[in-house]
Amino acid sequence: MSTLAVALTGNPNTGKSTIFNELTGARQKIGNWPGVTVDKKVGYVNHNDRAISIVDLPGTYSISARSPEEKIVIDYLMNNKLDLVMDVVDSSNLERNLFLTVQLLEQGVPLLIDLNMQDEASAHGIHVDMKKLEELLGMPVVETVGRSSKSTKKLLDVFTSTVMSQYHPSEILEEHIAKIKEIRQNAASADAAEEAVIEARYAFIDRIMSEAVTMDNAGLTKSEKIDKVLANGVLALPIFLAIMYGVFQITFEWIGQPLADALDGLINEDFIEFAKEALEGMGVADWMVSLVTDGIIAGVGAVLTFVPLIFVLFFCLSFLDGTGYMARIAFITDPIMRRCGLTGKGIMPLMMAHGCAVPAVMGARALDSEKDRLVSILVTPFLTCGAKLPIMALFAAMFFPDNAGDVVFGMYIIGVVMAIIAAKILGATTFKGEGSTFLLELPPYRMPDMKTVLLETWDKGKGYLIKAGTIIFAASVLLWVMSNYNFSGPCEIDESILATLGSWMSTLFVFHGFATWEAGAALLSGIMAKETVVATMGVLYGAADVSTEADEALEAAKTMLGTGMATSFTTLSAFAFMVFSQLYTPCVTALGTIKKETNSWKWMGFSAVYMFAIAWVVSLIVYQGGKLMGF
Amino acid sequence: MTLKEGKTGMNLRIVSLEDSPLKTRLMTMGLIPGTKVTVLRSAPFGDPMALRIRSYNLALRREDAGKITVEAV
Repeated sequence: MSTLAVALTGNPNTGKSTIFNELTGARQKIGNWPGVTVDKKVGYVNHNDRAISIVDLPGTYSISARSPEEKIVIDYLMNNKLDLVMDVVDSSNLERNLFLTVQLLEQGVPLLIDLNMQDEASAHGIHVDMKKLEELLGMPVVETVGRSSKSTKKLLDVFTSTVMSQYHPSEILEEHIAKIKEIRQNAASADAAEEAVIEARYAFIDRIMSEAVTMDNAGLTKSEKIDKVLANGVLALPIFLAIMYGVFQITFEWIGQPLADALDGLINEDFIEFAKEALEGMGVADWMVSLVTDGIIAGVGAVLTFVPLIFVLFFCLSFLDGTGYMARIAFITDPIMRRCGLTGKGIMPLMMAHGCAVPAVMGARALDSEKDRLVSILVTPFLTCGAKLPIMALFAAMFFPDNAGDVVFGMYIIGVVMAIIAAKILGATTFKGEGSTFLLELPPYRMPDMKTVLLETWDKGKGYLIKAGTIIFAASVLLWVMSNYNFSGPCEIDESILATLGSWMSTLFVFHGFATWEAGAALLSGIMAKETVVATMGVLYGAADVSTEADEALEAAKTMLGTGMATSFTTLSAFAFMVFSQLYTPCVTALGTIKKETNSWKWMGFSAVYMFAIAWVVSLIVYQGGKLMGF
Repeated sequence: MTLKEGKTGMNLRIVSLEDSPLKTRLMTMGLIPGTKVTVLRSAPFGDPMALRIRSYNLALRREDAGKITVEAV
């Protein structure tokens, strides 16, 4: 028998993805819909001797083709021969959820309607008469309980049955469809028609609600009570800061960092030694051993040690998102974000940017307007991502040993302030007059489904692993070759290609106090990946095994103080270098993501050039200003 | 009055929506003439505001709420 083709549709926040994950487990393929940056998720499962493919369509409130997501849903449903379309609705919020349902039925899509979160609905005093609903719409209705895999597994029985063939649109649905047709024919304008149609849909929904649903609780819901504390007035802000502090503690102190340290030890001590001995034992040439150990393993390893940090941070953020609290953060920070030229919904990308700019740039998809998206994409790379942190930590420990912590924190602040200024300027110039809106559902608080949180964490973090395996791998090889060779063959490092390129680069910084070829080369390598800045400096100043870990900066600083690095920077020029590294051109992976997300070489180029220019100017002001003030 | 002037705890009914690019989006989300709205609370500094409408919670900025005419219930 052929594969049974099933598609899931529904509003955002209905638990649709959780059902999809429960049904398909890890047997899913995540890709992109052609031409747009919206995830396409397809899962496969076998049940009752049938192969079933399930497509998780993007969650939308309607299918009026106003957003790429809405266009995907309607195009997919219209252009594919599907055996079954299941519409997942949130029973506690049936009225608004039915809008999409009715719109789909108008298009002639036969639906299996899944009342999800039935338990939550009855806790709120909402009771849905399923038989009555079936009768009113003429479509089969099933129920599921949010996170119970037993109830979702039952869905597979329904999928493989012949349930759809027994149902036909009800009389009142046919009447509604006829009415909509009439409105469209007689309307004065397209806008007037659209508005009249929306009103007719809600009139139809009101009728269904009055006949199939009873609500006997008019008081505040549980979520509304929680929100009186978590999302109400000024008190909400310190609570938000405390939760964020907790997230960063978990990431950089309690869980993420210890894991990173363990991995670092494993790679940089055990594995490098092992590889060296193994290769030497096999009689491999010295240069090859050096390329593999000093070049590839050290380079890729430096990136891999950030993986636990990134994954722990993204796990925390995905978890918060799953509880519904992320929407509250957007709500309570909107007044502040707005004054900064951003929007409350942009807070999630902003927080992710402290891990890695790549998912932060991708996270801008969730924003409402083109303007908000572009501004967010262009300013998030200013923030201190996990890979910039070791640069800051090393320089702070070397040149500001007495207040290293404050200096690193100062760099965070410079990043944030620069992002705000850039957002303000972009809003007032390039995107002048373009509107920004904020329309956000505050979903009920829920205990997130762990499978969904883990899959989302993996989805956001996997880009980082891919980067380690591709760009960093290539960059490590390239850097090793460039620092060990010039055009006449193997050479000392200060005569290498890297030294030549570095000294060209350094001519840009004669007024910045760090016009050395080492600094130039390190910054150049930082465009490939910020992780390599510290490693490159280590190699260039002859301290090959310098740690690239932020929390080992003190030891690294001790090592580096014994090298030429200590004398090639003054305190002031070191500070200027830190400022430059904080603000300049994003790494190529981030640039590639910007290209993909904006679908424009122009914006990618703009991002690379304007950030370099801003970094150059700000760092120049810092150095020259500092000199004037007598530092 | 407009929804912009809504204060916490007020029960209101939508009378009309001003024409704007946001209008059909607001209507799709269930804000149509005749719909009951309860003002639940405000974010710090009073903006945006959270509403209960058609048994769910929606946040919107006061600037946009100014485009919605309401009456007390």
